[in-house]
Amino acid sequence: MANRSASWKTYALRRALGAVPLVFAIILLNFTLIHIAPGDPILLLTGEIAPSPEYIEAMKTKYGLDRPIHEQLLIYLSSVLRGDLGRSIRYDIPVTELIASRAPATLLLMGTSISISILIGILLGVISARKPYSLTDNLTTVFSLIAFSIPIFWLAQLLMITFALQLGLFPTGGFSSARTTLAGIDYALNVLHHLFLPALTIALLRLATTSRLTRASMLEALSQDYVITARSKGLDERTVLFRHALRNALRPVITMTGLQIGTMIAGATLTEIVFSYPGIGWMTYQAVLQRDYPVLMGVYLVVSLSVILANFVTDIVYALYDPRVRYA
Amino acid sequence: MTRRTASVQLKMRNLSDFWRRYKKNRAGVLGLALVLFFVTLGLLAPVIAPYDPWQVQVGKPFSPPSAEHWMGADHLGRDLYSQVLYGARVPLLVGTLAALFSTLIGIVVGAASGYFSGKLDDALMRVTELFMMIPSFFLLIVLVTIFERSIWYLVFVIGITGWPGTARLVRGEFLSLKEMPFVEAARSIGASHRHIIFREILPNAMPPIVVNASLGIGATIILETGLSFLGLGDPNVISWGNILANAQIYIRLGWHASVFTGLAIFLTVLGLNLLGDGLNDALNPRLKER
Repeated sequence: MANRSASWKTYALRRALGAVPLVFAIILLNFTLIHIAPGDPILLLTGEIAPSPEYIEAMKTKYGLDRPIHEQLLIYLSSVLRGDLGRSIRYDIPVTELIASRAPATLLLMGTSISISILIGILLGVISARKPYSLTDNLTTVFSLIAFSIPIFWLAQLLMITFALQLGLFPTGGFSSARTTLAGIDYALNVLHHLFLPALTIALLRLATTSRLTRASMLEALSQDYVITARSKGLDERTVLFRHALRNALRPVITMTGLQIGTMIAGATLTEIVFSYPGIGWMTYQAVLQRDYPVLMGVYLVVSLSVILANFVTDIVYALYDPRVRYA
Repeated sequence: MTRRTASVQLKMRNLSDFWRRYKKNRAGVLGLALVLFFVTLGLLAPVIAPYDPWQVQVGKPFSPPSAEHWMGADHLGRDLYSQVLYGARVPLLVGTLAALFSTLIGIVVGAASGYFSGKLDDALMRVTELFMMIPSFFLLIVLVTIFERSIWYLVFVIGITGWPGTARLVRGEFLSLKEMPFVEAARSIGASHRHIIFREILPNAMPPIVVNASLGIGATIILETGLSFLGLGDPNVISWGNILANAQIYIRLGWHASVFTGLAIFLTVLGLNLLGDGLNDALNPRLKER
């Protein structure tokens, strides 16, 4: 038993060490971009709207722009690692602070839609795999085909046009109703009311990926000897499906969820724009319109690091869940 | 009969064989039809468009679909139907070229990695892994804002960020194909690496690469329209993404700009996905028979 827990820690440590070069590579790429961009690097670090000469001087000293390039890289690296991503041009506050203030809305949106899509998606996948080419299976196939072909922001617009603008069932945007003084449960309900359509948009598309992947890996699992053994032991179908087959079929689903975090944040960004949902995506949109370079580079860096983190976490979750992984 | 005509005849036979297999997949045929339909509309836009797509006030701003304006008018009173026709060009062009470009990079990296293996493989796979982790959508946002908003630049940046999937696919194909007897035979008669890579292995690795590329075009179209929707498209051209970006701003005043333009994107990408499935079935007949 001691051996087992030790090996799990070794595994986590190995994974964490493996992620370090990735983090450095991503920061290096950001640094390179700042320096190969047309014009002075100061432009990307401080923005286009002419700051005062004193400010430029201060920035030059801060980032060591008059020093050799390898020293500049070290300075940049250490400031990023300390969480300093520069200042937003538009809001004149640190980029880190701005991102932190918008992150909760995006986390709520993504957390809700990912949980819904994983629960329903896995269930749909299992049902489809149990009876391939049945009506449910064919319907989910058609649904997935549509979901794979639809641009997420158009789906968002369609839902908004239908359910918010035409039917008036949901608000057209925002995080909660402005100019009201709701509190407690009323406020929570108001937030959920605003969350519904954007979360539905993302969940519908994620559902397709999750259910297809679950179906494929369940079909594989159901043909294995241990499933046949479980059935011949006389176990009831639900136990065979969920206890035996699904446990083994879940790995690609968990791995894919980690790998696709970047794509999901991109989808959430486009959805937030449609519903003017005040998260990271809406902020990115404003930054694009205002050419707020420090914010855009900061968002890129933070999303990159989130992807690495998400992959690390999904690996560890899986290793905890399935001991075989640790010895691989 | 000369050798040349014989080889041409053989190719024609293969092609008709291929079509016979392809048309068995009805959805694939529908997909091909959809793709051809939208490509034709885009190519013939100057001929079939009833109005100049840039001309303002040819209709009442935000007017709904009517006999004169099949899809209604946009916020400046421009004819939407004409815009949707012209708007097909950029996504189709960028989608095709960028997917081809990234496929090319993917083939080079994947082939080198899978064929030579060893240290080169390790290094290339490290780079591939890095590119897989990078959230390309956000990198593209940065690249387009700090450099330029043009179609060719977009093709370039989407190409250089979109290849890791193809590289891994090609690497896998090379890893298994290089152990095949026909490759060993070529090696034993002293064929060069170049000959073995390009003449022996690559042709046999092509089917999945082709399928992957056709699915890649659809994905790239969605990516390109998404970036334009964010306001990163070339402002000097009419494209589906640009139309949708405007439609978003004025969505409370008219639904038709969004609905029709999005439908065009959706049907095109659906067509490409069905086409990819059809190609998959036709190129891997053995897989289907299982």
